[in-house]
Amino acid sequence: MSLPDGWEMVVGLEVHTELKTNTKMFCGCANTFGAAPNTNVCPVCLGLPGSLPVLNVRAVELAMAIGTALHSTISPSTFHRKNYFYPDMPKDFQISQYDLPINAGGYLDLPDGSRVSIERAHLEEDTGKSTHLGGSGRIHDADRSLVDYNRSGVPLVEIVSGPDIRSSAQARTYAAELRGILIATGASDGRMEEGSMRIDANVSVRRTGEPFGTRCEIKNLNSLRSLVHAIDFEAARQVEMIEGGARVRQETRHWDENLGSTSTMRVKEEADDYRYFREPDLVDLVPDQAWQDRVRDGLKPMPAERRAVLTLRLADPAPALLDALEVVIDLGLDPFVVAALDAGVAPEPAIARAANEIASDLDGVDKLSVESYVATLLMEQRGELSATQSKTVLAEILANGGEPTSVAASKGFERLASGALGEVVAQLIEENPDEWSRYRSGDEKLAQFFIGQVMKLTSGQANGKEVIAELQARR
Amino acid sequence: MKCARQMALDVQNGDTSAVSVLEESLAQIRSRNEELNVFLYVDEEGARAAASAVDERVARGENVGSLAGVPVALKDNLCQTNIPTTCSSKILEGWRSPYSATVVDRLLAAGAVPVGKTNLDEFAMGSSTENSAFGPTRNPHNTSRVPGGSSGGSAAAVAADMTPLALGSDTGGSIRQPAALCGLIGVKPSYGLVSRYGLIAFASSLDQIGPLTKTVSDAAIALEAIAGHDPLDSTSLPEPSPSLVAHVEDGVAGKRIGVVRELIDGADADVVASVERAVEVLKEAGAAIVELSVPEFRLGLSAYYLIAPAEASSNLARFDGVRYGLRVKADDVTAMMEATRTAGFGEEVKRRIMLGTYALSAGYYDAYYGQALKVRTLTIDAFRRAYREADLLLGATTPSVAFEFGSKTADPMAMYLSDVFTIPSNLSGEPAISVPFGTGEAGLPIGVQLLGPGRSEAQLFAGARVLEIADGRP
Repeated sequence: MSLPDGWEMVVGLEVHTELKTNTKMFCGCANTFGAAPNTNVCPVCLGLPGSLPVLNVRAVELAMAIGTALHSTISPSTFHRKNYFYPDMPKDFQISQYDLPINAGGYLDLPDGSRVSIERAHLEEDTGKSTHLGGSGRIHDADRSLVDYNRSGVPLVEIVSGPDIRSSAQARTYAAELRGILIATGASDGRMEEGSMRIDANVSVRRTGEPFGTRCEIKNLNSLRSLVHAIDFEAARQVEMIEGGARVRQETRHWDENLGSTSTMRVKEEADDYRYFREPDLVDLVPDQAWQDRVRDGLKPMPAERRAVLTLRLADPAPALLDALEVVIDLGLDPFVVAALDAGVAPEPAIARAANEIASDLDGVDKLSVESYVATLLMEQRGELSATQSKTVLAEILANGGEPTSVAASKGFERLASGALGEVVAQLIEENPDEWSRYRSGDEKLAQFFIGQVMKLTSGQANGKEVIAELQARR
Repeated sequence: MKCARQMALDVQNGDTSAVSVLEESLAQIRSRNEELNVFLYVDEEGARAAASAVDERVARGENVGSLAGVPVALKDNLCQTNIPTTCSSKILEGWRSPYSATVVDRLLAAGAVPVGKTNLDEFAMGSSTENSAFGPTRNPHNTSRVPGGSSGGSAAAVAADMTPLALGSDTGGSIRQPAALCGLIGVKPSYGLVSRYGLIAFASSLDQIGPLTKTVSDAAIALEAIAGHDPLDSTSLPEPSPSLVAHVEDGVAGKRIGVVRELIDGADADVVASVERAVEVLKEAGAAIVELSVPEFRLGLSAYYLIAPAEASSNLARFDGVRYGLRVKADDVTAMMEATRTAGFGEEVKRRIMLGTYALSAGYYDAYYGQALKVRTLTIDAFRRAYREADLLLGATTPSVAFEFGSKTADPMAMYLSDVFTIPSNLSGEPAISVPFGTGEAGLPIGVQLLGPGRSEAQLFAGARVLEIADGRP
């Protein structure tokens, strides 16, 4: 979707990512998703009277890793209190960073060749999670609200981009590339559907060449799809307003995925005095050079570098593979693909099996070695496994572990002896004379009929290509 | 009542039992608590269990600790597992902490027996204990007078021989001022020496927990027991607990003691006379007396009454009716929070929350909170200069002896001035001790104050001990 001629959108993104630490930011409670409500809580993350925060060193390291990957300057920093009342925030203030963030400045180069500047990437704590019952599902007209404080105090890094993004497609690319970086640094699992990465978009429009317009902030976009649609909707709404003679009001807006539209949450001018001041219960955070160096040395290759390694092996990748390739890079699955390509596996299965089979069961990725991945794909390439069987073997290893050959054997995926296949085909020709004569007279569709019958008789152990070879030998 | 040191020795030696010491303490509480309103909650059951445990350990021949069997009163802003903690506020109605403050654990580890929770000005905001939602505490020396505050209940507990030791908290003088008004030793330790974990915060950058006792050596024993690094408090100093008891008799010979004009000017004549006599005593004991003026101290009060309320406005935000304590029902969550806070907080607490909220607001931050932080830096620098000329500083603890109930409640500024001599040490985070020295109007006790640089507690105890002996308590 594009804006009318002569108009341009200006977008900056604030990405909140939950850090993948074992414990919360200021206490020893487990940082896990999906536990029974209010089970990972203690006096500190419940904000009980008298409790005090103690900073999680691992959260600082992950924040520094993000900053290093984004070319930020890591600086001595302080924590501030951001004061406002909300039931899912147990202290009624959030510990965040204000004028001295741990990561200042930086940039992110996108695969499309553009560069988006980074203003800051700072540490803060997450809030609890409210569920509003009755009414519209939002707090103002709820009958009852339930609060789960398991998320309260989970460490977050907020990454604020400059207002450098000019299209929803570029916003998507930025978010995807950033997600790849967060996964590569080990800071996050990048799972937007679990809320471990949430995006706020600042959107304004202007006539090309004019100064920036008034911006609106769209809160809590939970998928790349929502990000693209919300930005497109919002930019179009603003252009329409201005062309209709109205003025855009600075406000915070809510994206409704079902309606496909944004609506006013609150007007900026009337709220938002957070009364920031230095958090007196914490001391200054001053990472020394040696610590910064250790973080830098520990960084794994970033997506851009890994993308280069992959593209080097793909002379001219088919356009259809490009999306799958990005999934592979985003999720850090490229070592599988690189190894498969280097072992002589064709690009299509080497990329597709990672982008589909592994990507759909990331929890199991530790159970699948690069060697097993390559071995499975080579079996497929040699015709020892059909494509379907190869996918089943990978899925089984991701779920329960194991070696490809033994998994294939236990599933009964043993290749039929070629003599055996010939016997089956001969038998089917005899039993289906009409179909056979139509096939012989050139009706290629009937090959599928015979393949289906062979699969039925062999419980799927045959290879389609070999069936066709047998048929053609008898034609 | 015996001092804590003797009590612990007797319990450890088997000359008496922790249980019988406790029963004596509980009997005194029963006989005087109604009149004085010292304890908000007496944990007889828990105390008896703790005392029995001490006796069993003694019977097994264990060395129980420096406070073996010593009954202790806790200011009711210190959390102790499973018993009520109220901060003398209606807003914490019904709340029982699921955890104990680090100081409570450390007292127990030293063999002490916590007997209950004492009255205070609501959330430690006040200088007379008149701001308690549960009525004022009376001064055991004269029941028509205030005991001071905000640790007035803790001071009265010791002054009325209910316990030989109490813990208080000092944000702007809340240990030293009631100690002075009740004739006790009161210590505000160096910031970070004692863990604040489990102390319900008033102003986090100023709060410190400390002991109130009848003798200097008891204060030293108690502070040794509760001090030292705590990984649960990020502002806790990294060093282990300092050696204090060993230095109580070190004296002041060769020390330079600075008599600070700004810590005396404005005090009543009887108080000034006590400070002057203290100067003579210290000089006689071999100290070199230096006359000093530290004008920055005059600015402390104004800075304090911006910084402390600003932090309090944030610290007290959590009392919103959502999770614990009082909840006043209303149509929606915002209205519920408003109704709860309106009904749950007293006048002084509301005044300070509003003051602090205003001082931090956009457009006013620089003029108020920001300016106050600059004054705080000036105060710290002024102390540093003063300590180039003197090892310790001397002044009054309070401008007057204990005052009548109601005499300052109508005028908050008059009440705030009670803390004018104690506030500078909170702003600088440095230690100070109030020691009883003579009596004044109506025979009421007077406290003089010794101040020192960070971690100079041992020297302060030694100086206080010289005054204690000269005041007739060898």
